[in-house]
Amino acid sequence: MARPDFEIPELKAETEVPAVLEGTMSHSAPFVAKPEHQEPLHYPAELVEDWHDRAIAKMGDLLGRYRSLRVYLDSCVKCGACTDKCHYFLGTSDPKNMPVGRQDLLRKVYRRYFTLAGRYFPRLVGAQDLTREVLDEWYSYYHQCSQCRRCSVFCPYGIDTAEISMAAREILNDVGMGQKYCNEIIAKVFRIGNNLGLPEPALVDTLEGLEEDVLEEDGVEVKYPLDEKGAEVLLVTPSADFFAEPHVDGLIGYGKVFHEAGISWTLSSHASEAANFGLFIGSYENMRNVSMRIREAALDLGVKRIVFGECGHAWRVAYSFLNTLAGPFDFLDPDYPVPQHILEVTHDLIKRDAIKLDPSANDDMIVTFHDSCNIARATRMGNMPGGQFVIPRDVIRAAVNNFVDMAPETTHDATFCCGGGGGLLTDDLMELRVKGAVPRVDALRRVIEDHGVTHMAAICAICKSQFTKVLPYYGMGMDMIVSVHQLVSNAIVLGTRH
Amino acid sequence: MSIEVNGKSLEVDEEGYLANLSDWEPGVADVMSKDDDLELTNDHWEIINFLREYYEEYQIAPAVRVLTKAVGKKLGKDKGNSKYLYELFPYGPGKQACRYAGLPKPTGCV
Repeated sequence: MARPDFEIPELKAETEVPAVLEGTMSHSAPFVAKPEHQEPLHYPAELVEDWHDRAIAKMGDLLGRYRSLRVYLDSCVKCGACTDKCHYFLGTSDPKNMPVGRQDLLRKVYRRYFTLAGRYFPRLVGAQDLTREVLDEWYSYYHQCSQCRRCSVFCPYGIDTAEISMAAREILNDVGMGQKYCNEIIAKVFRIGNNLGLPEPALVDTLEGLEEDVLEEDGVEVKYPLDEKGAEVLLVTPSADFFAEPHVDGLIGYGKVFHEAGISWTLSSHASEAANFGLFIGSYENMRNVSMRIREAALDLGVKRIVFGECGHAWRVAYSFLNTLAGPFDFLDPDYPVPQHILEVTHDLIKRDAIKLDPSANDDMIVTFHDSCNIARATRMGNMPGGQFVIPRDVIRAAVNNFVDMAPETTHDATFCCGGGGGLLTDDLMELRVKGAVPRVDALRRVIEDHGVTHMAAICAICKSQFTKVLPYYGMGMDMIVSVHQLVSNAIVLGTRH
Repeated sequence: MSIEVNGKSLEVDEEGYLANLSDWEPGVADVMSKDDDLELTNDHWEIINFLREYYEEYQIAPAVRVLTKAVGKKLGKDKGNSKYLYELFPYGPGKQACRYAGLPKPTGCV
C-alpha cells in the first residue's frame, strides 16, 4: 500500500451525509491521453484549436442521436432526491459530486447554446458560456463519476447521470482531451486483443500453468483451452482473470464447472477480453469495434454459445447492447440465451443436479456479497425480475454454509459502487477511489463486526481489483475479496458426473 | 520527465515508468527504489530479473500466479505467494517491481 497524501475518511456505523465543502476535489483529474492513445480511437491527437465550436457541435450531434440526453438535461426540477446518493459525494463532501451538481456542469452549457431562454437570458436560467475553465471542470468532475447509476434509481424523473457523464467524455474526446487510462486500454484491445496487452504466447503459457496447478491440487485434468475450433461454448472473460488475484481463482472455477458438466468450451486469443471501455467513454463506434471481435471469434471458432465471465460492465454491454452492436447472432444455438452469463450456466447446472458442490469446503469463511453496479442496475440474469440479485446469491449459498447479506440500503439495486468503476480504476485517481469506497466499506465493516464476515465475494474484475487495493487503507486485508467462482472452485466435487 | 542514472538522463512517463525499455540498466532500479525509501536486496533482484526474462520472452509482465509459482519453485514454497511479494514490494509487485525492472505498467482492470 502506498503512503497516501490525502486524509483517509473515518468509517462510521452508518454512512453519514457530510456537510458540503465546496471545491475539495477540484484538483482531481486523471492523466490526459497522449496522441498514441487518441489516434487509434479516431480522436484528435491533442486539444484542437477550435475546441469551443467543436465541443458545441458535438453536443448538438449527441442531442440529435440520443433523445434521452435532451430529456435528462431538460427535466431536472432540483428536488434534491439525488444529492446524498452518490458514493463520491458521501466520500468527498464536494457538492459537484452530487449527481445534480455533476449534471449541471453540462446542463448550464446546454442551456446557453440549445435553449431559447438560455440564448437570450442566460443569467436568468443559469446558462453559461463554454470557457476553458468549464472544459477543465468537465474533465475533472466527469472523471469523478463511475457511471454506476445509483442516483438514477432515486431520481423521480429517472435522470441517468451515467449517460450525461458518457456524453461529456465523448465531447472531451472529440476535442482531443481524452483520458489516458481508458484510451490506452481501448487502443490495446485493437492492437493485441485485450486490456492488458497479453499476447497469445503469454495466454498459452498462463493457461498451461493453470492446468498444471489444478492437476496438482485436485488430481484432475481440467483443461483451459484456447482457440479450440468446434467447441460448444466461447467463454469471453476480462483479461484480469488471466492476470490478477483473486480474478484468476474465478477463471479456475469456470473451467472446473465446464469440465464437470461435460461442456466443451474455449477461450479466444482474438476476443481475449470481455471488458468494453468504449462504454465508459460514451463512444458507440469504439464500443462496436471492441464488440465485433467477439462476433468474429465466435464465427471463426464455430461455437454454439457465448458465455461471459465475471465482469460487471461487460455484462451490461453484452446483455443490453451486444445484439445491436455485433448481431444478429442467428448462427448460435437458439436454445440458449445470447449471450449467457457464467453464473446462469453454473446456477442451472446446480439446479439440475448436474454438478455437485460441497459447501463445507468453504467452512473457513463467512461470506458476504457485493452487487456490482452495472449488473445490478443495467442488466438481468435468468428469466425472472431481479434474477441478477437472486442467481449470484443462490450460487454462493450452494458453495458456502455461511452467507450474510449487507444492509439492504447498500445491496440489490441500491448497491454502492466499489469506487473504481466507469474507467476510474487508475492510480492517478487513488484519492477519489479510496474516498468513494466509504459507503461500501462502512456496510462491510458492519457485517464484519456483527456477523464475523471474513470475505466479500464479487463478480466484477474492477470491483475485485479496486477492493484489493483500497481495503488496506481501511485496515482490512486485500485477501478478503474473492471471486464467486472461486467459492465454486473450492466447493465443486470433481469426477462424480459425466 | 526524466531520472538521472549514472550520469545519464533517462525519460520516464508521468507515473515514473521508463519511456524506453532499452534504456534499462540495474542502476535504474537502484535510483527508483531510493526514491521510494526501499533498499534492494538479493530477494528483490530475484524478482526484478525474473520479470525482465519473462518480458523478453512474452512481451508482457507475468501474471501474478505465474510469478508466484516461479518464485515458489526457485526460492521455496513458503515464498511462492503474493504475501511474500507484497512484503518485498509494498506498492504491489505488479506495478512497483515492473517499474524497477523497466517494464511498462500493466493496464486494465488490475
